[in-house]
Amino acid sequence: MPEINREDVAHLARLAHIDMSTEELDRMAGELAVIVDSIKTVSEAAGDDVPATSHPIPLSNVYREDVVGETLTNEEALSGAPDNADGRFKVPAILDGE
Amino acid sequence: MSVNTAEILSFDEAMEKYDPVLGFEVHVELNTRTKMFSSAPNAFGDTPNTNVTPVDLGLPGVLPVINRIAVESSIKIGLALGCKIAEKCYFARKNYFYPDTPKNFQTSQYEDPIAYDGSIDIELADGTVFTVEIERAHMEEDAGKLTHMGGATGRIQGAEFSLVDYNRAGVPLVEIVTKPIVGVGSRAPELAKAYVAAIREIVKNLGVSDARMERGNVRCDANVSLKPKGQEKFGTRTETKNVNSLRAVEHAVRYEIQRHAAVLDSGTAIIQETRHWHEDTRSTTSGRPKSDADDYRYFPEPDLVPVVTNEAWIEKLRSELPEPPAERRKRLQQDWGYSDAEFRDVVNAGVMTSIEDTIAAGIKPATARKWWMGEISRRAKVADVEPAELGVTPELIVELQGLIESGKINDKLSRDVLDGVLAGEGTPTEVVEKRGLAVVSDDGALLEAIDGALAAQPDVADKIRGGKVQAVGAIVGGVMKATRGQADAGRVRELILERLGVQG
Repeated sequence: MPEINREDVAHLARLAHIDMSTEELDRMAGELAVIVDSIKTVSEAAGDDVPATSHPIPLSNVYREDVVGETLTNEEALSGAPDNADGRFKVPAILDGE
Repeated sequence: MSVNTAEILSFDEAMEKYDPVLGFEVHVELNTRTKMFSSAPNAFGDTPNTNVTPVDLGLPGVLPVINRIAVESSIKIGLALGCKIAEKCYFARKNYFYPDTPKNFQTSQYEDPIAYDGSIDIELADGTVFTVEIERAHMEEDAGKLTHMGGATGRIQGAEFSLVDYNRAGVPLVEIVTKPIVGVGSRAPELAKAYVAAIREIVKNLGVSDARMERGNVRCDANVSLKPKGQEKFGTRTETKNVNSLRAVEHAVRYEIQRHAAVLDSGTAIIQETRHWHEDTRSTTSGRPKSDADDYRYFPEPDLVPVVTNEAWIEKLRSELPEPPAERRKRLQQDWGYSDAEFRDVVNAGVMTSIEDTIAAGIKPATARKWWMGEISRRAKVADVEPAELGVTPELIVELQGLIESGKINDKLSRDVLDGVLAGEGTPTEVVEKRGLAVVSDDGALLEAIDGALAAQPDVADKIRGGKVQAVGAIVGGVMKATRGQADAGRVRELILERLGVQG
């Protein structure tokens, strides 16, 4: 039984707002299953005494002082936006969010 | 589907049948100079999309860096809530697609909040203390502000497009989450309000947030569920989002209790969903149900390294904490010698700090209370402002009180003097002169008024001569009337008795 099945892929696609055809879902389910199963071997190599690692380099407490730095101008901020109005980014009305 | 807002049970009936369970998520915006992960200013009301850096806009290749002060403020909040502080904690990405976050994720904390397992004592208006357990307080960032355009009401329903301002995106937030609050019964709405008020007071007192609810510095999501009396298992809850005034928190909890009760009474199940609060109708409407969209696929933020605390750092921050509001109240009540009821009235009237300042300026506690709870509160009510906003300073009270104690004016005249000062006519002394309010201390003028009053009430004069000294009040009244209140009643009494040759 692979770790990732077709329903999982469809669910993830929905969450990621990606339209996928039936063929794409089938193909992706197979490909992702191979990848996930391969990565699973890491769990086999690491025993219970090895904690989950989110950062490979043992760094901590990297901070910035609370000092105001350079900011973008309104024009710069909006320069990459597909559309804008009143100095703000203009986006389609989206209902299915928070 | 939304429930018809008319379908609610009376609160009393709901309370007879059900026990409410509450839970709160309060978001506190920190007042750091800069944002959580970028050096853009954390400021309210500026030109849209000017307090932004590439980090806040989620542009490719940017790297966030944690604001040290934001971490320290979060630890202080944790300490003030009696929480344990994590030795090591991480940031995580909370993934969702919505234009209020340009990165498509909110940087938050997931399994390891900076602070956890705390509790605070909430005092209700009548002095009942209720302990609320704190599950966690974690660090995260605020989202941008969306304005929905083209719809009739400015709401998302019917909107054609939305405009986004990212000035708020990345502002440091601390989210404080309670454990389920049980056993509060019919006092649930009151507790809800008092809890949010207490959080606001604590973060303001710590100096880590401006705590202005009207600006969204403190925002509350209120969870409500009901269980039939005697049942252990919790019912299905709803979460009313962004209830952003103390009054609204109280009303929203009360409304949801009544609505849940009606739904449950009809034999229908409560749908687990978010609800929207409407101040105009004082009701909630259905938001969205729990769905796929709540699958946030949290994972550790690879661009930020862990926050590791140590004893020395935490103790240094602890030593910087101001006196907690509850302890301060206890200390002040003891110092001032007010009864529980007196002190509670002072707190509820919002004049505790004013009284503290007035006493510090040299006024006796009882006198300070008389001023703030009496004349000043009365005027504030008429003007519909907070007593502290009337412009009465401790120095002003010291001067007024000095005039009273030196016999220049009496209590009654002091009210006119206060009116004059608040009307901008000058200092109390100046007002006394300008309005001619000084007590008539010239015995000659007083005797003239006394003779008039005695002549007007000869029967009373005879009674007093006959030894009924207590009848003197009627003559004193006559004299006060004749002098328009500008006489010292004690001196008038003495003079009347002298005039009639009677021993006081």
